[in-house]
Amino acid sequence: MFRYLVRRLLQMVLAFFGTTLIVYALMFAGQGDPIQALAGERPVSEAQRAYLTEKFHLDQTGVGGFFYRYVDYVGNLLRGDLGDSLTGRKISDMLAQAWPVTVKLAIIGLLVAILVGVTAGIIAGLRRGGIFDNATLALTLLVLGIPTIVLAPLAQYFLGVKLPLFPPTAGSEPSIYALLLPGIVLGSLSLATALRLTRTSVAENLRSDYVRTAKAKGLPIRRIVSVHVLRNSLIPVITFLGVELGNLMSGAIITEGVFNIPGVGFNLFRGIKTEDGPLVVGLVSVLVVVYLVSNLVVDVLYAVLDPRIRYE
Amino acid sequence: MSDQFGRQGAVATAAAGGDGGHLLEVRDLFVEFRTRDGVAKVINGVSYHLDAGETLAVLGESGSGKSVTAQAIMGILDMPPAVIPGGQILYRGTDLLKLPEEERRKVRGKQISMIFQDALSALNPVFPVGWQIGEMLRLREGLSRAQAKRRAIELMELVKIPAAKQRIGDYPHQFSGGMRQRVMIAMSLALDPAVLIADEPTTALDVTVQAQIMDLLGELRRDLDMAMILITHDLGVVADVADRIAVMYAGRIVEHADVHSLYEAPAHPYTKGLLESIPRLDHKGQRLTTIKGLPPNLMRIPSGCPFHPRCPYARQECVDVVPAVRSLGDGRTSACHLAQEVLDGRI
Repeated sequence: MFRYLVRRLLQMVLAFFGTTLIVYALMFAGQGDPIQALAGERPVSEAQRAYLTEKFHLDQTGVGGFFYRYVDYVGNLLRGDLGDSLTGRKISDMLAQAWPVTVKLAIIGLLVAILVGVTAGIIAGLRRGGIFDNATLALTLLVLGIPTIVLAPLAQYFLGVKLPLFPPTAGSEPSIYALLLPGIVLGSLSLATALRLTRTSVAENLRSDYVRTAKAKGLPIRRIVSVHVLRNSLIPVITFLGVELGNLMSGAIITEGVFNIPGVGFNLFRGIKTEDGPLVVGLVSVLVVVYLVSNLVVDVLYAVLDPRIRYE
Repeated sequence: MSDQFGRQGAVATAAAGGDGGHLLEVRDLFVEFRTRDGVAKVINGVSYHLDAGETLAVLGESGSGKSVTAQAIMGILDMPPAVIPGGQILYRGTDLLKLPEEERRKVRGKQISMIFQDALSALNPVFPVGWQIGEMLRLREGLSRAQAKRRAIELMELVKIPAAKQRIGDYPHQFSGGMRQRVMIAMSLALDPAVLIADEPTTALDVTVQAQIMDLLGELRRDLDMAMILITHDLGVVADVADRIAVMYAGRIVEHADVHSLYEAPAHPYTKGLLESIPRLDHKGQRLTTIKGLPPNLMRIPSGCPFHPRCPYARQECVDVVPAVRSLGDGRTSACHLAQEVLDGRI
């Protein structure tokens, strides 16, 4: 296990540099004049241009110059300095503000997926072929078929405007209540997938040989389901939800955009729109780390849940 | 545990049952699987009995209904799709099919227990074996965790698992095939049952391990004074262990006899075919004898005797009339129109 962890951590380092390099390259390759981009519409004087060229090492050109700047950037990153956004704000400050909102939103989404999705999945799996099973099948297919970009405005219009149960937008300092509807929208896709996965897993395990053994042992059916079947059925579900938490935390660009939630996805979206290279690269770098760590946690958790899986 | 089947009261209850005093008796049992594709008549009037301390072998090809009968006795068939339209399963004179589910559940493991073919899939992969053995003791007998663990170690020692104490925390996949089957056996013995049903216990094992497991089962049956139903398709396994044999075909018992008489002179063409298809060393170099054809589709069982399409002696009578079970003396029966002729070797 220890050797496995070391190997995975080394792989993470590689993955981190790889992804940041690609994002860095993509973000700055498309730019014509970065100094003009920084200044926006305002004119740039010769002195300012000289100063900025010096500051951002723009005097170095070609592939060598690119790598020089990349190494410089990553060096700062590793020291914990994410740099400044083109708007002049420190990216670390922006992240400190946006991050808690996104985490709250992700947790609401995940809770919805667990509470509704897994519970309904268990019931559907136990009553395979019944009315509940078929009804949830239809509903989940519907949810899986509607993209968030359609679902989010629909929910906002019907549950926020027409029937004002929830605030239609979240605002700058959103409360948990204001995040509830976006959280449900965000979690609905995970919910549907978790439901299908749980349902299939439960139904499959119910037919397994070890359940027959448990019956032959004279155990009450309640115990067979709640201990033997669930313990086995939830292994893939928990793995899925772990990966899903990583996905949800890495920002929900569409949901945060529609509901005007100042989270990571919202900032990322704005960064891409305004060609704010430092902001995009900074945010993506952090998201890459979040994603890599959550994947590692899931893999380790998998080995803990299933004794048949051992990492060498 | 002073439920109605206390082991001490065995003789008294059986006598009170007044049905000839068999420990376990299956009477004219029918089982169907009602599926979307149609009704499969899996068991068609099976009757057999088991007395205390004896071993009955139930022999038959895959799909002959031997396992389904056993699962009906245990009450672990999935219903639906399985339906039991008729028959009785008498245990110490009580019809198990008429018991409420809660009572029925208490019979499992405690009175009648069962082991299965593939111990790897039959054990829960995510719990340690000691936990799985102990679970029965904790839930059924109210033992504490520590007591259950001690007893689980004893049971694992009883079935001769080496270093039982160290292996109690191991998971099923960490055991070899033979050791896993021993774990299954230990679990089936946990509540000291009167009847053990072994459903092809050695099919998934190597030949050498098969012999060990069969020896162990025979030994345990004697030492613990159990009765055993041994379900198998392997005639070789049966001879040393069983007292009586019931041969099944297409959901019926086609022949029933004590082991020696059956091996000496079968009274049903199907049994005869089975015995002739055992590979023999002194026939080296010759083609193996087989029974031609395949077992019938249980959704379309042939008319008359279900074996007639494969039977070398079949006559018009066999196509038209379902053969009744004929008694041939000494408790031998055969469901064949030509039973006496086959027995006497006249055909």
